Amino acid sequence: MTPAELDALRLSLEIALRSVAFSLPLAVLVAYLLARSRFPGTLALDALVHLPLVLPPVAVGYLLLVSLDARSAAGRWLQAHFGIELPFTTAGATLATAVMTFPLMVRAIRLALESVDQGLEAAARTLGARPLDRFLSITLPLMLPGILAGLLTAFAAGLGQFGAVITFASNVPGVTRTLPLALYTAIQEPGGEAAAMRLAVLAIALGLLGLVLAELLARRVYRLLRR
Amino acid sequence: MLSLSVIKCWRGFKLRAQLDTPTPGVVALFGRSGCGKTTLINIISGLLEPDEGRVELDGVILTDTRGRIRIPVERRRIGYVFQDARLFPHLGVLANLRYGERRAPKEARSIGLDEVLALLGLEPLLTRRPYQLSGGERQRVALGRALLSQPRLLLLDEPLAAIDTARREEVLPYLETLRDRLSIPMVFVSHQLDEVLRLATHVALMEAGEIVASGTLSDISVRPELRAIVGPEAVGSILDGTVTRVDAAAGMADIQLGAGVLHVSLQDARVGARMRVQLLARDIILAIEPARGLSVRNALQGVITEISPDFGQAVLIKVDIGAGAAVLARITKNALAALELRVGMTLWVLVKAVSARGHTYSAGTITPR
Repeated sequence: MTPAELDALRLSLEIALRSVAFSLPLAVLVAYLLARSRFPGTLALDALVHLPLVLPPVAVGYLLLVSLDARSAAGRWLQAHFGIELPFTTAGATLATAVMTFPLMVRAIRLALESVDQGLEAAARTLGARPLDRFLSITLPLMLPGILAGLLTAFAAGLGQFGAVITFASNVPGVTRTLPLALYTAIQEPGGEAAAMRLAVLAIALGLLGLVLAELLARRVYRLLRR
Repeated sequence: MLSLSVIKCWRGFKLRAQLDTPTPGVVALFGRSGCGKTTLINIISGLLEPDEGRVELDGVILTDTRGRIRIPVERRRIGYVFQDARLFPHLGVLANLRYGERRAPKEARSIGLDEVLALLGLEPLLTRRPYQLSGGERQRVALGRALLSQPRLLLLDEPLAAIDTARREEVLPYLETLRDRLSIPMVFVSHQLDEVLRLATHVALMEAGEIVASGTLSDISVRPELRAIVGPEAVGSILDGTVTRVDAAAGMADIQLGAGVLHVSLQDARVGARMRVQLLARDIILAIEPARGLSVRNALQGVITEISPDFGQAVLIKVDIGAGAAVLARITKNALAALELRVGMTLWVLVKAVSARGHTYSAGTITPR
């Protein structure tokens, strides 16, 4: 493998990892709101969160671009206050990946939350546990299998993001050129068949590894939390 | 004193309950399934809020809809043992036990881990996880967990319902121990008369969302409201007494009940032990003059205070045997007419020693025979 290909692999892993790390707390919060609260905006929030699943990824990238590039109000604000520039940067690729994989993570966490027996939370209340304490000591640990499943699914899906990333963050070698983008580039170049094949095999290996790991981890956690 | 007066409409059901009961004591909320017993203890615990009314425990107002007082569940310090135990599956037995203890206010500590382990026989279970426990063990752990949260009141929602009949003895004796050793008031929900008989000091009868009668178990046992709930076979009086004499060789004991003494067949009786005796109405014979030449060992003199219709063609005669104790006898309408029984008449209540069902009521060494 060439250094450029290794770079693409490293970048893919880094972007996927960062995107899940950043979206996890928000995903737990949104899942909690969707599963437990009855405020009128739940339906709208649900639709908004799931939008990236049904939109063309290119459209998601485009929407991010118009709302966050240097000419937009939000983009200028980010630049002025945090010195963050999103388009054409690794951070931008991470954001596009996070937005695309967010619904997958929320879905898994929400399912896990809905399967937590609220009777156990009531029992914790009678034992003197206040709301946050209850969430941290009972609800969260019981949701753990779902959270892990959500993390792994989002991470695996994050490795393969293409449309939103290339539209929002472009295809800059070493900065935003992840595995799928490198594969696409190789296919476009004359004589790049061998490189394309290597990258495709790498993607398959990575995907398989992720799936197997996810299954093993899920089994372990279920055994730990046996009900 | 636990006093409550609440109204709650919930899931198409209306609860309208009023109760005053002394603390400490063990109150049984007794009634058929679906009469609102669980709803009522959920209101006491705070897990449900009444539409209207108030709940007060030993001078502390827990809920008062008019005064807008509502102490949240987590600050009420009311232990709750659920029907299904609800142990935390991700924690071991010890961590489950400690969960409430760690969250109880320091100044409220009155019972410690070692004491609870001893009282409930939990020592061998400490390293296990909830899924490794039997139904009875689960309930014992749940009881211990509730006790360690240093409760001012313990609520038990049919703690034996999820355990098969044969294994109830894994839990019942422990509940009796708690009643006798600790001074924590308890309210427990039940639809089994034998549980009530063994555990309760007081009973509140519930029917269709209302408390139709409440008082000591002896008082309630002769109330007509109870008959509809327990059915004809279980109608009878329940009397609390003290063992005054033991004849171990004959397997007999004397129990002072009201003004009379009852000879019953008992093993391992101990003089001075408090004893609860159930006299079923169908086992009682009435005589209008002293009987002779019968195998019956007991003849208590009493006065008829009430004659009421019973199931089918029978009638129930309530006989006051002195000191506030009363016995119910079931006889036929024929017998009623033949003996010309009427309220105010003095007669003899005949009880076979073997038909008096004795139950230990206070930490004693008596086993029912």
